[in-house]
Amino acid sequence: MENLLITILLTSIPILLAGLGELVTEKSGVLNLGVEGMMLCGAVAALGSVLIFGNPYIGILFGAVAGILISTVFSFFTITLMTNQVATGLGLTIFATALTGLIGEPFVGKTAASLPKLEIIFLSDIPYLGKILFSNDILVYFAIFLIFFIHFGFQNTKIGIIIRAVGDNHDSAHSIGYSVKLVRWISTSFGGMCAGMGGAYIPLALTPHWSEGMTAGKGWIALALVVFASWMPIRLLIGALIFGGITILQFVAQARGWDVPSQFLNMLPYLATILALALISFKLRHNNYAPACLGKHFLGNK
Amino acid sequence: MTNNLDSMTFIEIQNLSKTFDQFLANDSISMNIKKGEIHALLGENGAGKSTLVKCLYGVVKPTAGQILINDNHVTINNPKEARSYGIGMVFQHFSLFPALTVSENILISLDEKITKKHLEDKISITAKQWGLPIEPTKKVLDLSVGEQQRVEIIRCLLQNPKLLIMDEPTSVLSPQEINQLFKVLRRLANSGCSILYISHKLNEIKQIASKVTILRSGQVISSTSTSKISTTSMAEKMIGKKVKKITKISKNSFLNSPTAISINNLNRKKLSQFGTELKKISFNVKYGEILGIAGVAGNGQVELMNALSGETLGNPDEIIFEDKKIGNTNIKFRRSLGLEFVPEERNGHATVPDINLTENTFLTFYNAYSKNNNFLDNILLSSNMSSSDSISIINDNDVRCPYSNPLADQLSGGNLQKFIVGRSLKANPKVLIISQPTWGVDIGAANEIRSKLLLLAKAGKAIILISQDLDEIYEISNKICVINNGSLSTPKITSKISATDIGILMGIN
Repeated sequence: MENLLITILLTSIPILLAGLGELVTEKSGVLNLGVEGMMLCGAVAALGSVLIFGNPYIGILFGAVAGILISTVFSFFTITLMTNQVATGLGLTIFATALTGLIGEPFVGKTAASLPKLEIIFLSDIPYLGKILFSNDILVYFAIFLIFFIHFGFQNTKIGIIIRAVGDNHDSAHSIGYSVKLVRWISTSFGGMCAGMGGAYIPLALTPHWSEGMTAGKGWIALALVVFASWMPIRLLIGALIFGGITILQFVAQARGWDVPSQFLNMLPYLATILALALISFKLRHNNYAPACLGKHFLGNK
Repeated sequence: MTNNLDSMTFIEIQNLSKTFDQFLANDSISMNIKKGEIHALLGENGAGKSTLVKCLYGVVKPTAGQILINDNHVTINNPKEARSYGIGMVFQHFSLFPALTVSENILISLDEKITKKHLEDKISITAKQWGLPIEPTKKVLDLSVGEQQRVEIIRCLLQNPKLLIMDEPTSVLSPQEINQLFKVLRRLANSGCSILYISHKLNEIKQIASKVTILRSGQVISSTSTSKISTTSMAEKMIGKKVKKITKISKNSFLNSPTAISINNLNRKKLSQFGTELKKISFNVKYGEILGIAGVAGNGQVELMNALSGETLGNPDEIIFEDKKIGNTNIKFRRSLGLEFVPEERNGHATVPDINLTENTFLTFYNAYSKNNNFLDNILLSSNMSSSDSISIINDNDVRCPYSNPLADQLSGGNLQKFIVGRSLKANPKVLIISQPTWGVDIGAANEIRSKLLLLAKAGKAIILISQDLDEIYEISNKICVINNGSLSTPKITSKISATDIGILMGIN
């Protein structure tokens, strides 16, 4: 049972990280559908750098930087050149899938070093809870820290309120003197960084080998999760754990020898995504949490 | 405060010009505002008022000219710099963020470092001081328009402004709220703060301002003390020609004519969080009558228009036209009976912005054109008919086009509205339902539109006029009622309802 809970937590980390990043991006009014692509970039950069330098912490750094770089491409197109955000985001994922396939080719069959577990003194000795919560790798702590950081930031810091303001009404933000484009560039880069780290977590902690498209739709789930969480960081954690749990269900079923076709279990996380989206969008019609300027271009004044 | 203060100039503008591409929005404007003075800036749409104040607030950069504050040359590159000189601005379309709370809205426009908690206390204190009650933790989307304006004003007050710019502040307020606002402005001016008050309402300017500068086509036409100029001559200077007086024709002769349309207990649920629920709306309109529906924006006008036009449907007997129950019928059917609708949104609702006027006419009259023809004729002939129809609409209604047959969004607001109203008149309606017909339209065009409506009523047609402009309602309606939070008051004969009554019906103490 303890192990099962740990596995669920670990499985949900990539979705959680990528989702938190996308949440910040969307709060500023940018809809970046390229999360899957950014995660793949993070994954391949992390794996490659660990194979070269041997240190998994370097992998996190490279994953984050790769995510930022690829999100910059997206920002340049959508914020500066004002291309369609949906099309550009989809294009980004298609592009990144192929690019990472190419870059990852030499890494096939090699095993990267994993992130070490850091036990927190005293806290990790708490029965049950200590093992689950306080003897994990650094990215787990970081992800959980990030939830509260973003939550607090949006509520209580000026920069957080500015990001929300830009996503709510970009014309007003401009007229009281904020650079809408700069705020969106920064928020999108933050999203890229988080997606890159989320992607990096997959080779660094879950499956230490490269395979093409190894994020396996986690980016899409993260996207759905942001809507599911109605743009609230703490709800995002709950959602990520649910999805992590459903993903783990298939392994449990195999281990316990349940008489369910494995294909069906494989399908479950995606099915849950669709259901969640359908439910939420039904609810959204009455309760609009979405940033009002989500996906809209800011043309600005001359 | 003292005579000494009166003579001191706070801000002086010298030969300020601003061009957009080829267009000269401000043409070497010079004016000055004294300390503690309420200075009105008057002009029609497109006269350059907004561009001028945007230059002062650092939102746009002037092409040429100088600005002096307390006799020092300054350049104002962005709103932050403007605020550092003590310039605050309340925008016409508020620059607020609906999803944020009042204190968050104010926090991000303050340049000083302050915590949210501390700011909330400060807001409450300022609100009490100035008699502008507001709850700092409420979200802006839950506030009324008047309350939203208070937030904007408090935001400026917290910056201790030396010059407060107000862009058309009263266009969204009830008569009572306007009085409250004027009290605050006078108090502010007495404390030494200058106020630049932008408006096109002449009576208001007379009432509140001591000086008025009139702009036309980007130039200063006149700058004088308000006690030395009549409203008529202000209007003439503003539009550059004599103002035609329009006269109401009917003397309630409609009272004996038959009922054209009656609305009975009409209910509609709200469609979105920001919408308004319509509650038991009932009224009758007779042939030859103009019924004015007043009310502050966002009290159900849009929902009522949608229900009347058939964009939202209900029970058959909610709307009865002559003797037909049409509450559940669509727009097309209602139009075929002789009802016409002019919605509030000109671009995108009343017209398709990026197709030309002939094509817009075609869309409106396709059904009329296609009667008694075969399919091929419909396609080939009706486009010819729409072209001649659109030309006659343009000529009959003095629609000024930048070039022949322009795209709808190439017309100015006033001209597009003249085209839309003309198009509805072309359909020879029995009942015309029109929403905010002269919103943002200059005086000349507004007068023409109102005269057309009066003529239509004289010809024995029924008109329902939904408008936020009380002057307009008084000018042409036979009966007046008020929509407030989705409920409609009982219509009363115009001469028997005062502005104060209307204010009370609008639900603001």
